[in-house]
Amino acid sequence: MKGSILSRLWKKYRFLILRRLSQITIMLLYIGGNYFGWKILQGNLSSSLLFQKIPLSDPYAVLQIFATGSILAMDAIIGAIIITLFYGIIGGRAFCSWVCPVNMITDAANYLRRAWGLDRLEKKWWASRNIRYWVMGLSFILSFLLGTAAFEMVSPVSITHRGLIFGMGFGWAMIVTIFLFDLFILKNGWCGHICPLGGFYSIVGRYNIFRVEHNAPNCTLCMKCKEVCPEKEVLYMIGKRSEQVKMGECTLCGRCVEVCDDDALYFSIRDFIKGEKNEA
Amino acid sequence: MGKKMDENRRRFIVQMAQSLAIAGVGGFLWSAYVDEAKAAPLTLRPPGARKESEFISLCIKCGLCVEACPYDTLMLAKPGDHKPLGTPYFIPREIPCYMCEDIPCVPPCPTGALDIDSVSEVVDGKRVFDITKMRMGVAIVDMKSCIAFWGIQCDACYRACPLLDKAIYMEYRKNERTGKHAKLLPVVDPDYCTGCGLCEHACVTEIAAIKVLPRDVVLGKVGEHYVKGWDVSDESRLEGSKGIQTTKTPRSGKSALESLNEGIDFE
Repeated sequence: MKGSILSRLWKKYRFLILRRLSQITIMLLYIGGNYFGWKILQGNLSSSLLFQKIPLSDPYAVLQIFATGSILAMDAIIGAIIITLFYGIIGGRAFCSWVCPVNMITDAANYLRRAWGLDRLEKKWWASRNIRYWVMGLSFILSFLLGTAAFEMVSPVSITHRGLIFGMGFGWAMIVTIFLFDLFILKNGWCGHICPLGGFYSIVGRYNIFRVEHNAPNCTLCMKCKEVCPEKEVLYMIGKRSEQVKMGECTLCGRCVEVCDDDALYFSIRDFIKGEKNEA
Repeated sequence: MGKKMDENRRRFIVQMAQSLAIAGVGGFLWSAYVDEAKAAPLTLRPPGARKESEFISLCIKCGLCVEACPYDTLMLAKPGDHKPLGTPYFIPREIPCYMCEDIPCVPPCPTGALDIDSVSEVVDGKRVFDITKMRMGVAIVDMKSCIAFWGIQCDACYRACPLLDKAIYMEYRKNERTGKHAKLLPVVDPDYCTGCGLCEHACVTEIAAIKVLPRDVVLGKVGEHYVKGWDVSDESRLEGSKGIQTTKTPRSGKSALESLNEGIDFE
């Protein structure tokens, strides 16, 4: 290892630090918008106003409102289109790891899981990672039947960010629930299995530009990347083939890139033409 | 071979049934909660809110109306508030709506859950706001705990009303207890009351004797079959309807006045 301790730490945690900065900055801008009248980012992650001009809306919430049969005003529709285009072209599923405040809760649970070695000791439950798509489908049906955006009524994501911005109430109970669920019941339980918003962004961000790429010849099969990855099914090619991580479930958190000691993983631009590269 | 196919088919069908059952159980629990949670009939909504069923389907829970309110009147429902989660509401006894003339809370609404057209008009290409058109609720008076009904002079609600003498007016009644004084009683006219809650906020009793409640909770409805015979425009609803006939009885021969004066000796 070369360089000072600081530069080594930066190399190992650079995306984690940037992600926390991004998550905290966004929440602080919203909180300042409510408590101090800052005019940068007003509202919350469901719908907001950027610089008092540009509407931004959660496209999944907007689709649920459509499912109720209501006609939305233009601002929300434009806002949802802007967000969809942003994540569809640039962000991929980055909402989950760079914006969503619940990510900090589930990352904390995951960190303790690794630190305490719970994966080896705990009774294991198998759960499909496709549950989120079922929940998403169900949310549209229930929105139609009940006449209200069904997931928005129960969403821990909304309860958390609304709570931080407008006052938490008993919302802390939801945060504790998710933390314990991820820590003791199911690894990556909320973000990786159930959350339909994550499922929605997995679909929206399926063809974005930025991707993680694997360079198999460099790989020493240490599997550190799979250990930290919250969606490890997307890393199926590790040590086998040099190719890009193409699955939409990848949250582009960059943990695999920074934990890799062998420069076998890095961020790159999506290769639209060639599919797979040379075999390792 | 046939047996193997059968086995695969059975497995497929059972697994489908399993998935559907899980989705069904989840769906029932989820919808049971949401259906209960969205029914909070005593919630007072921001200015310009559409009727509750439309509001609850349109509101995206962003809180832009809450942030726009200069008096901190509006709040977003938190877990534990027993209101539909994340939707805006206000409690007039704590902070009433001060009826801003420029209505800052309504235009930021991105979904139209707050209907700007219900509280404004476009005149010569410019939007002109009229906060008196909003109908957030209506005030009702509990005449047992209102001290004006005891004969004590109190007009706190009347004075607080931004539509004084319209939304709340004072009615005289003789104080039968003293026999010498008048009672001045507050009366609410639902045709003008906006539901701002300034009266409830001003009320001097321990628990407000005048309260704002959602209009559909408080107000009745006469029904189409009652016609105001003395109101020409209401009477005109009868035009062209079938089955209208004047009943003929022996008394019908004379005019109403003659009939009323019958048998009275005026000499």
